[in-house]
Amino acid sequence: MTAPPSAAGAASSVSAASPDSSRSSPGSALAELVDITKTFGALVANDAISLSVLPGEVHALLGENGAGKSTLTRILYGLSQPDSGEIRVDGRVKRISSPADAMEAGIGMVTQEFSLVDTMTVTENLMLAGVGLGRINRAAARAKVLAAAERIGVSIDPDAIVEDLSVGQRQRVEIVKALFHDCRVLILDEPTAVLVPQDVEQLFDSIGRLTSAGMGVIFISHKLHEVTRIADRISILRRGRIVASRPAAGLEPRDIAALMVGAESVAAPVASAENETLADALATSIGLDPADLDGPSVSVGGSALPSAAIRDRSRATRATSPISEATALQITDVTLGNDGSRVLDAVTLSVRRGEILGIAGVSGNGQTELVNVLCGTLTADRGSVMVDQTEISGLDPAARIRAGFGRLTEDRKGSVIPGLSVGQNLVLEDLDRFRIGPFLNRGAVREHVQKLIERFDIRAQPGDPIRSLSGGNMQKVLLARAISRGPKALVASQPTRGLDIGACEYVYSQLRALRDEGAGVLLISEDLDELLGICDRIAVIFSGRIIGELPAADATPEALGLLMTGHDTGAADDSDAAVNA
Amino acid sequence: MDFPVFAVLAAMLTIATPLVWAALGAVINERAGIMNLGIEGTMYAGAFCGFFAAATSGSAWFGLGAAVVAGVVAGALMALLTVTLGVNQHVAGIGITLLLVAACDFANRLLFSSGSQTITAKFDRLFAGGGIFSQYPLTYVAFLVLAPALWWVLRSSGFGLRLRAVGENPEAADAAGIPVARTRYAALILGGAMMAIGGSFLTLSLLGTFTIDIVSGRGWICIALVIFGRWKVWPVVGGALLFAVTDALQLQLAITSLFSGVPNELMIAFPYLVVIAALAIWGRGVRYPGSYLKPYRRA
Repeated sequence: MTAPPSAAGAASSVSAASPDSSRSSPGSALAELVDITKTFGALVANDAISLSVLPGEVHALLGENGAGKSTLTRILYGLSQPDSGEIRVDGRVKRISSPADAMEAGIGMVTQEFSLVDTMTVTENLMLAGVGLGRINRAAARAKVLAAAERIGVSIDPDAIVEDLSVGQRQRVEIVKALFHDCRVLILDEPTAVLVPQDVEQLFDSIGRLTSAGMGVIFISHKLHEVTRIADRISILRRGRIVASRPAAGLEPRDIAALMVGAESVAAPVASAENETLADALATSIGLDPADLDGPSVSVGGSALPSAAIRDRSRATRATSPISEATALQITDVTLGNDGSRVLDAVTLSVRRGEILGIAGVSGNGQTELVNVLCGTLTADRGSVMVDQTEISGLDPAARIRAGFGRLTEDRKGSVIPGLSVGQNLVLEDLDRFRIGPFLNRGAVREHVQKLIERFDIRAQPGDPIRSLSGGNMQKVLLARAISRGPKALVASQPTRGLDIGACEYVYSQLRALRDEGAGVLLISEDLDELLGICDRIAVIFSGRIIGELPAADATPEALGLLMTGHDTGAADDSDAAVNA
Repeated sequence: MDFPVFAVLAAMLTIATPLVWAALGAVINERAGIMNLGIEGTMYAGAFCGFFAAATSGSAWFGLGAAVVAGVVAGALMALLTVTLGVNQHVAGIGITLLLVAACDFANRLLFSSGSQTITAKFDRLFAGGGIFSQYPLTYVAFLVLAPALWWVLRSSGFGLRLRAVGENPEAADAAGIPVARTRYAALILGGAMMAIGGSFLTLSLLGTFTIDIVSGRGWICIALVIFGRWKVWPVVGGALLFAVTDALQLQLAITSLFSGVPNELMIAFPYLVVIAALAIWGRGVRYPGSYLKPYRRA
């Protein structure tokens, strides 16, 4: 079945493609990868992988970072060439050596990094592929944009400049772009990682429209509840191999989780979080949240999950010892920017000792600036920041660290000096402690570094250049640097972004341990599952303002999502109460 | 005092002409992501080659053609260095300027041994005696053809769309099947030709001869004008007119009794100071093209 060229065609093919005919034998696969092998040096990224997508099917690919999902989809989209194996489209072998070949074959991909020119309009962006040199037909392209948008059931302003659009809107533009080339197989690489819950709903709705029109979708995600909800088939990759490929119906999320990570890789970090069995830890680490499991989505998975039990365990991950009344970090009336454009507007938050306070929000709503103000790299126009009764807002970054302030900023690579070694980066902020006169006490440094490497399980030698480390390992270095000092307050901004499940769980266990020792943790994240799983309270930032604050026990993704998009609900009253408490 | 307003405005249009040609050439380069500091040398080569070809052939049009060839070669050289070889754009551009200026001076010494005073075939003003309308053909072309055409090309042609995509986000352009390197070559060659035409205006239209240091920093002014005009055609033309009007004023005022005590060098420096001041005021917080100065390599 070929993709309809226009909206009118789409409408007719919706009715033509009955679910039965579209989900027929494997022989009618839209696209097939057969025995694909790809190696990078000694690393086997894909080990004889075979995978197919049927018309009308959502085929979910699951696996940890580095399991080989990206490599596989890059090969299908022509961004990378396999060492061996072949690609078949409509049953015929096809050489796909560039994205242009892929588009030609009807394969489209929406990557996490959008491929849009920010300064151009939506229409101009969509015209780029295949544009000639002469006069462009803007009106025709504009109409085509509107038609394609209608096909996926969204409204898109064809004349909007891309940089003015939200992330969710940009993703829709990317999907429309793929439809522009009459794609029949759409690869979505972690499409929900950047979306607020409402946008996720919209995306799922769009996917549903496309598959019911006979398209095939390859859906890559880390989030199990999403996958069980939308996928027709689930394939799990581990270490370059497909360890399971099954119909989604009837699959136990917990089985999937175990297959994804492999038992041994998670056992070590989890051991530190007491009273949790492996499966429980997995459930929390991959974002199985009670609120989601209660919803109708569970029925897609088909199995009756013991959601009440999971909820109880999820609670157990929150503060066990009573939260102290003493504040670890008090942010009062922090304001940045003038009246016309407030980047931060009277932000007031207090993190008590032994508490993890989360800040939810769509990126770009002042989170980065808030962290910079707290760290001392940006000066607020107004407001005070106190760490354990010490005013730090006038201090430079080094003095803040001495006052008991620790930070884990979102820009991991910007927090290390890439040219220096692991050891040098570990002591970078504590050089005063290792000085003999103007010289560095190398012996003491070596000893200290060795200790941290062991304690934080950093998989590197002290002399390795830090830029050679993986994201998870680098984060361990930064955690070690911040936590070994015993901070009274820690700000962690997007600490698990880009990390795989094992590394995420390690970060969580360290944050929890720090909290249990009586420090206050401010966790800024875009990942609601993460916030709901680990925080004691969750505040929501929108347009530089804290517009709501909820105890994590009462928060649902839907409520937070509404706040994140600026819908001030009744929660605002709660927030005032909580702030004043 | 009876101030010659129309004389100043007429001079403004004449003075602005080489700036408009070269600065719009730079706009094309920079919209494609390349800052071409070879602009000063390219203008110089255009001025010299145009003069030399006109002097030997006796035809100003032949001279103009030679200037275009010089500009194409200079642009292609810049493209080879920065696009194909990925050389730092500052180094490549300054190198090209040094090379071309020195080569032209050297050729000038060899060909016209005594610091040439040869007067050659040149373009004449149209509508002689027509006041403000008495301008050279290239002035008319610059304002009435080149600027509107470039504005249209950048906005409404496939080539313009490709150019902007390549300069803003070459990864996205590449993914859309636009040949990034070829588009940048085209931009540099086209821009180089325009810069050289701007330079040839000095010899073939204004002076009718070539003198050492004839371009005298106009290329650098154009680099500033492009930033001042934020890579948009009409603001860049406006910036060129602003520079030109202060230069014309300066020329006019230098001969009035009021300014007789002011050193001539200071008067000559005046328009340059205005450009610096304008950049300091309006040149801050500008948004550069996304891949400005960055060579593109496929990941």
